Amino acid sequence: MKREDGRAVDEYRPLEIKVGIIPNANGSAMVKMGKTVAIAGVYGPVEFLPKHKQLSDRAVLRCIYTMAPFSTEDRVRPGPSRRSTEISMVTANALSPVVFLEEFPTSVINVFINIIQANAGTRTAGINAASVALADAGIPMRDLVASIAAGKIGDEYVLDLAGKEEEATKADIPIAYSPRAKQITLLQMDGDLPPADVKKVIELNIKACEKIYETQKTALKERWKK
Amino acid sequence: MSELLKNEREIVVPGEEIVKSMEFVPGRNCFREGETIMAKKVGLVSVDHRVISVVPLNSPYIPREGDMVIGEVVSIQNNGWVVLIDAPHDAFLPLAGVREYIDPRKVPLSKFYSVGDIIYAKVSATQGRSIYLSMQDIKAKKFRGGRIVKINPAKVPRLIGKKGSMISLIKERTGCRIHVGQNGKVWLEGQDAESCIKAFGVIEKESASEGLTEKIGKLLGGAVKKEPITDEALKEPEKEEAKV
Repeated sequence: MKREDGRAVDEYRPLEIKVGIIPNANGSAMVKMGKTVAIAGVYGPVEFLPKHKQLSDRAVLRCIYTMAPFSTEDRVRPGPSRRSTEISMVTANALSPVVFLEEFPTSVINVFINIIQANAGTRTAGINAASVALADAGIPMRDLVASIAAGKIGDEYVLDLAGKEEEATKADIPIAYSPRAKQITLLQMDGDLPPADVKKVIELNIKACEKIYETQKTALKERWKK
Repeated sequence: MSELLKNEREIVVPGEEIVKSMEFVPGRNCFREGETIMAKKVGLVSVDHRVISVVPLNSPYIPREGDMVIGEVVSIQNNGWVVLIDAPHDAFLPLAGVREYIDPRKVPLSKFYSVGDIIYAKVSATQGRSIYLSMQDIKAKKFRGGRIVKINPAKVPRLIGKKGSMISLIKERTGCRIHVGQNGKVWLEGQDAESCIKAFGVIEKESASEGLTEKIGKLLGGAVKKEPITDEALKEPEKEEAKV
């Protein structure tokens, strides 16, 4: 099968990760995946107010995902939407298992994810950026989280769908994966596929996540090398 | 002893394995899962006998007993003061933590510390999420004038240096009065505050490199204490002997 941008079916778009891009944040990162650009900033831990929302035994990881109005062809209406609320929630769920939240009871760790240019795969780019930003902020973590999506077009399993592929695919399955613990922390499916195919797609995703994980590690180390 | 998977002073990221052996113990910023000891934060590996720890390159400030911190008084209550110390939770300076005896029914507490005052205090206790401060320490004081600069709390030990070598060098060269809080807040007063701040910036950026004290010495002008031995310097003591 020939892909729009000439990639192989199991190849993701060119990935670039930069760490420490927001001087005022405790930690920050930018992830470029093809034409998708996500930036994440981490602030905290700080006291969680209002008090009744605090958890007495651990911190709350609060993720806020927003798309810049100019990020797509049609203007994105600023403010929370059904979509962005959902993505914020799944991002928090994807990252919480790897963070030592119990070290900061009654606190909140704020993670702001901004999509400044969108071209498919924004939630996965956002998770990749947020995970690196959390590590950069010095938040104690068990592991980093890598994330990617894949689907099935015709008879072939295709990684990192972009452009028209998103419409051609039978289903789009994004996952987030913690490679050391071999744990899937996010699994969604848009469309439907038989169970056997889902397994294949997840395997494809996991392989790619392991590669992304290596890029994340080198990006974090690069920041402190002159 | 089994082999370390990472060298000492090598950069590790969260989840990276440092050693696979029960002969070692996880120290600060490390954790054990099964037999493996792994890093919790981005930092440099440090091995002290059997204890593996990671020196973080960036870290939020977590108050610990005995720390000297710089904070701002934000509110007065009838039994003490609430102080902002840039930690996840506000600290509390109770009446018992002040040197003088105060009867709150007779004297308003704002006579001692009022809202907006900057104080240098010691963390006397951390019980769960509440942090207690104390002024019963020789170093504790209230600041008048000067300015506050924020640095990365993980870089405070580097700013102080071994036995205070770095901070005393900066004090000596710039003639500034400096107090460093463990919470990453630095109070300074003096003519040459600008070059102090410049030096702090270099320390923050290049904390991982060696020979930093020399570099800061150069930046602030002149060599580090080791003055070149000239012929005259060698002759000097002889002359004095002659006089005697």
